[in-house]
Amino acid sequence: MSDRGGPLQESASFGPIVSSRRDRLSLAVAQAPLWLIAIFLLAIWAGYFILTRQNFRQAFEFILIGLSATISTTLWSYSMALILGLIAGLGRISRNVIIKNLATLYVEIIRGIPILVLIFYIALVAVPSVVDSLQALGFWLISRDISFLGEPLSLLSNQAISMNTRAVIALSVTYGAFLAEIFRAGIQSIGRGQMEAARSLGMSYGEAMRYIILPQAIRNVLPALGNDFVAMVKDSSLVSVLAVRDITQVARLYAGRTFRFREAYTTLAVLYLTMTLVLSLIVRMIERRYERNG
Amino acid sequence: MAKRDIIVVKGLHKYFGAIEALRGVDLTVAAGKVVVIVGPSGSGKSTLLRCINHLEVETQGEVWVDGQKLGHDPKQINEIRTEIGMVFQLFNLFPHLTALENITLAQRVVRNRSKEEAIDMGLKQLKRVGILEKADVHPDQLSGGQQQRVAIARALAMDPKIMLFDEPTSALDPEMIKEVLDVMLDLAQDGMTMLVVTHEMGFARAAADELIFMDEGLIVEQGSPLDIFNAPQEERTKLFLSQILQH
Ligand SMILES: Nc1ncnc2c1ncn2[C@@H]1O[C@H](COP(=O)(O)OP(=O)(O)OP(=O)(O)O)[C@@H](O)[C@H]1O
Ligand SMILES: [Mg+2]
Repeated sequence: MSDRGGPLQESASFGPIVSSRRDRLSLAVAQAPLWLIAIFLLAIWAGYFILTRQNFRQAFEFILIGLSATISTTLWSYSMALILGLIAGLGRISRNVIIKNLATLYVEIIRGIPILVLIFYIALVAVPSVVDSLQALGFWLISRDISFLGEPLSLLSNQAISMNTRAVIALSVTYGAFLAEIFRAGIQSIGRGQMEAARSLGMSYGEAMRYIILPQAIRNVLPALGNDFVAMVKDSSLVSVLAVRDITQVARLYAGRTFRFREAYTTLAVLYLTMTLVLSLIVRMIERRYERNG
Repeated sequence: MAKRDIIVVKGLHKYFGAIEALRGVDLTVAAGKVVVIVGPSGSGKSTLLRCINHLEVETQGEVWVDGQKLGHDPKQINEIRTEIGMVFQLFNLFPHLTALENITLAQRVVRNRSKEEAIDMGLKQLKRVGILEKADVHPDQLSGGQQQRVAIARALAMDPKIMLFDEPTSALDPEMIKEVLDVMLDLAQDGMTMLVVTHEMGFARAAADELIFMDEGLIVEQGSPLDIFNAPQEERTKLFLSQILQH
């Protein structure tokens, strides 16, 4: 999981590099997250550029058109991925062999395919096939006089499902598998005694999960969930291949139209960097708070 | 089966893979009795307790609790577990809940009590174990002895007919053992049916109606604590008692 988070994910520690000759001041300098300061300076410099140079400002204002698509794609996909991930994560530790294998199959298939390929495949192959099957099922139900179910299904069509929706489905299914592994690890990090204590009080497996195991497990994996949220912000740029007008797609359009590649892609990169930096800092703060509270 | 036999175990065998942890245990406990189980490490004491509330499923044999034979229906198992309180060596309190919430949760979820009822009962049990003032504290701010008393209160709040204790004091610092044993003695005097795995022979002497010595998955000797302490019949019992009574 470790390579998908934002820029702050690996903690900065330059300690061992310092040679014995150096004094305390240079030790302090060496241990400060210089790269982080550099990123901030870069962002400020770029921000200054964007606001003062006419060309950059134009690019910036154009690209902002895509911001709502980027944000809504990310938020929708992440919310659905949380639900899918929780279900699949619980499935992975189920004692039911069929459920367990289905969940594992899902996770392993997704993890074995590049995200870009998954997005093409889910949006352009899987979703249309499912829609066609549901439509066929609808007509079949109507022929069997079960039209209250059949009618709505028969009205489904691929044109009605926008690329934005398909993009959200694709990202949700993909990230659902990543989050499933996080949830599974979180649940397995809770000692067996917790489940036994809950069960010995008469709680069912589901009640024990809901009231005892999950609250503790989710708390333990909040940082990991946060990292994957940051990663999803970045990966949402991939939906531009479906012509969803997120900031990446809009930047491409702008660059193609004006040939101002430098302005378009610098602004785009700075925009992503700003979002991931801010989100990573928030994740860090949450992490710290929980560390302090035990 | 006499009506007052609240626990009946017949020909109980339990395998963990190739390990035979229980090799045919028969045990009858009458309601209101206190039974103390001793024996060397690995002799199957925990496994026996855990088979009684189905935390382990027997490989062969029968377990009857309060006139019902334990089966495979999860509903029945959950209901029977509600009648059996269990206290663990490592307390197993829920760390994300306060002491009082630890006690009220299962009452509300399992016993369907109202919030007020559950809190009333919770406070009553905390008072009984002598730590009413810790109601709103999380487990990590309690000493081991206090945590174990909360765990006992949590079990008692369900109004169980039977209490199982699996080495409730062996994870405690010596100065905290007494506060937990006092609570258990109190409970015994109130007529609770108790099955206690412990090496605290003082407790056995003071509270036990019956002492059971287990070794290698079998009950080797069984009788009143006085008889067994004064005149153990089996060589293995003699050896074991001489070892633990040295301390
Ligand atoms: N979950 C398990 N998986 C495999 N083997 C187990 C399991 N639980 C117990 N055993 C084995 O069963 C045997 C009996 O264990 P049990 O825990 O009942 O002994 P005990 O008398 O409680 O010992 P102790 O005094 O150390 O607690 C041991 O050999 C133990 O290794
Ligand atoms: Mg044991």
